[in-house]
Amino acid sequence: MLKLILRRLLLEALPTLLVLVTVTFFLIRLAPGGPFSSEANMPPEVMAAIAAKYRLNQPAWQQYLGYLADLARGDFGPSFKYKDFTVNDLVWAAVPVSFRLGLMAFVVAVVVGIAAGVTAALRQNSWVDYSVMGIAMIGVVLPNFVLAPVLALVFAIGLKWLPAGGWEGGKLIYVVLPVAVLCQHYISVIARITRGSMIEVLGSPFIRTARAKGLPAGYILRRHALRPALLPVISYLGPAFVGIITGSVVVETFFGIPGIGQLFVNGALNRDYPMVLGLTILIGALTIFFNAVVHILYGFIDPRIRIH
Amino acid sequence: MHMPQRLACLSSAAAALAGAIGAFAAEVPPGTKLHPVQEIVRGNGTEPATLDPNKSEGRPESNMAVELFEGLVTLNPDGKVIPGVAEKWESREDGRVWLFTLRRTAKWSDGSPVTAHDFEYSFKRMVDPKTASQYAWYLGKACNVKNGRAIVAGKVPPSELGVKALGDHTLQITLEKPVSYLIATLSHGSLMPVPRKAIEKYGDKWTEPGNMISNGAYKLAERVVNERIVMVRNPHYWNNAKTVIDKVTFLPIVNQSAEYQRYRANGIDMTADGGVPPEQLKQIRREIPNELVTWPQLGTYCYVFNFRKKPFDDVRVRKALSLALQREVIAQKLVGTGETPAYSFTPETAEGYSPIEHDWQRWTQAKREDEARRLLAAAGYSKARPLRFELLYNTNEQHKKIALAAAWMWRRIGPVEVVLVNQEWKTFLDSRNRGDFEVSRYAWIADYNEPSTMLDLFHSQHGNNDGKYNNPQYDAIMDRAKSTLDAGERTRLYQDAERILARDFPTVNVYHYSNRHLIKPWVKGYGHNPEGRILTRDLYIVAH
Repeated sequence: MLKLILRRLLLEALPTLLVLVTVTFFLIRLAPGGPFSSEANMPPEVMAAIAAKYRLNQPAWQQYLGYLADLARGDFGPSFKYKDFTVNDLVWAAVPVSFRLGLMAFVVAVVVGIAAGVTAALRQNSWVDYSVMGIAMIGVVLPNFVLAPVLALVFAIGLKWLPAGGWEGGKLIYVVLPVAVLCQHYISVIARITRGSMIEVLGSPFIRTARAKGLPAGYILRRHALRPALLPVISYLGPAFVGIITGSVVVETFFGIPGIGQLFVNGALNRDYPMVLGLTILIGALTIFFNAVVHILYGFIDPRIRIH
Repeated sequence: MHMPQRLACLSSAAAALAGAIGAFAAEVPPGTKLHPVQEIVRGNGTEPATLDPNKSEGRPESNMAVELFEGLVTLNPDGKVIPGVAEKWESREDGRVWLFTLRRTAKWSDGSPVTAHDFEYSFKRMVDPKTASQYAWYLGKACNVKNGRAIVAGKVPPSELGVKALGDHTLQITLEKPVSYLIATLSHGSLMPVPRKAIEKYGDKWTEPGNMISNGAYKLAERVVNERIVMVRNPHYWNNAKTVIDKVTFLPIVNQSAEYQRYRANGIDMTADGGVPPEQLKQIRREIPNELVTWPQLGTYCYVFNFRKKPFDDVRVRKALSLALQREVIAQKLVGTGETPAYSFTPETAEGYSPIEHDWQRWTQAKREDEARRLLAAAGYSKARPLRFELLYNTNEQHKKIALAAAWMWRRIGPVEVVLVNQEWKTFLDSRNRGDFEVSRYAWIADYNEPSTMLDLFHSQHGNNDGKYNNPQYDAIMDRAKSTLDAGERTRLYQDAERILARDFPTVNVYHYSNRHLIKPWVKGYGHNPEGRILTRDLYIVAH
């Protein structure tokens, strides 16, 4: 097991990350306009002083090697835009926020999504099935940027039950609307995957055998059907988890939540090279990590693919 | 002439203010019932790049700087320059040397006195190439402070800047050449004093809550990047007794619709500069018309011609396009939040400016279009050989709407085919700086309240002269105006400059911007500052 983890880390994770860093490093520098271009053009000598401060006057390969050296020490460098902070400061302040929001949305999405999917599968082609899947369909096609203002309009402006934005350290009333918006898409996808796979499993021979043996329906569902039916869901959850905790640009921007999503989009718009690089590395590392976790989880759920 | 020479207008203004100290601060009319909780939430448009005044980049940063700090001079609610930390000033040697007397009551938020040394330190720090301030050029170029340009160019050490503390309460500023509007330039957000001991102790971290010491009406209490900046009353501020609001929270909300929703849900009392989403304008006019507050701004929206590209070196083409544009329609119907149609580049509200009238300004639209047609034909354009060009703008719904309207208006005069090209902001800036455009959207907001901040853009040496307009006669007038101390003479020079622009048409002026906010009816105390600055120290909240 340890050998396997080490092999994955050294031969797969690190080279993947290095490629990611290299490609991102040079790609973002190809984007037109620089971090310090602004509507009011600076005189060339002012620009030169700024370039010197941020090492932008060095040749690209030298900047690249310098960056790798800093990175090896865990230093993502200074933010080119937010002069009072380093990228480390900003990222580590934003990670807990996105993580908290994402985790809540994720739990809600998994619980509600699986429950809805199973319910629909058990009553396949009934009105229950149609209505659950109908709602899920709306969830898949309804974009965040439509749902967010609609919910804010109803619950914040109309009913005045909840605030229309802000985070306040993650107080419950500030979290409700963002979580609702963030999880709706995932609920729909999870419900659809669960339903499809559950119907397939319920029609398979081993379930028929269990029924023939006279086992109670609830027992069959829990003991025999649920686990295999969840396999496709689990493989979806890995990347979904990374996606949901690394911040939703729309939800964070609309509700004014100080998470990673806002940093990422502003970083790209501002050409804040170290910020974009730092977040790309972080999200890349998380994706690799959770894919590995999913792989291990598979083994627990389906003994046939247990790792040897 | 070595006699001390006071500038009459300025010293009298200072004297008048010394007599009526209350002219700057929240002026609560007698009998007003104040709300028991004096706290306000304001939009700031975007997260400020820094809270370090010397490193200010634009409005989002200077909005913060002027709340937390106070410079030599400051602005009253209507934008007039009034004494700040300096209680009076005088010029000597024909305006080459200025002496500022600092008020002895001015204190930092830790209770220590604000001295002339703090200003000397701040100004030298700002021009120091090591600080890498984007406004490092300002003291040298806008204010003509001695050695400002040479220091920025790295030829002279920062210690040689023409700013010197003569004791704790007298600051001397030496200029290379007199600048008639020096005092107006000193209200700039980057020219605040900064606390040397905090900077030396904490380095770049001095702007964090707990580390920052400031000398303005407010001090920093909390900062969450991309969520909020909270400031509370600074009890050591010299005019603290006149401050009413105890706590101000700034929210950096970029998305105007999101800001609007929070405003409607009573989460915000005053939206950011320009915080009126065009998509919701109809609803605002219907449901909360009294909360939409607009007044003229020192800024202009226009299209700039690239003189390096044919046929825009031909004045007939430039004039035809300018005449054909129906600015009233765009300003009043299409945008419609207090903008005024622009015939000249300088807004009428600029201090010390008196607008000129263009001959075609009184013509009917039909006559303007006839003239435009004639000019285009004279320039050789016809159905067989139409005028084809690209109109570049940065990606934004409002700019698109205006560009579409402009293209339609130009097509009305005949053989004009406009291709609209939009680019993301930084890409757009890059194209414009490199001169990779034919006609481009261009906008300028004043750095200080004086016509030169607008008109200098057409100087052949100006870094933002993106169209590369070049007229030596124009350059000469602007150079002369800068050092002309007589206000009347200067106004005439600016008019001459505008007359040259009116002949050469380097831009199609579209409209002058407005300052526009949504403001809750319980917020009072703001004036109509053309520079748009609204200081929380002037505000108060009435009972509601």
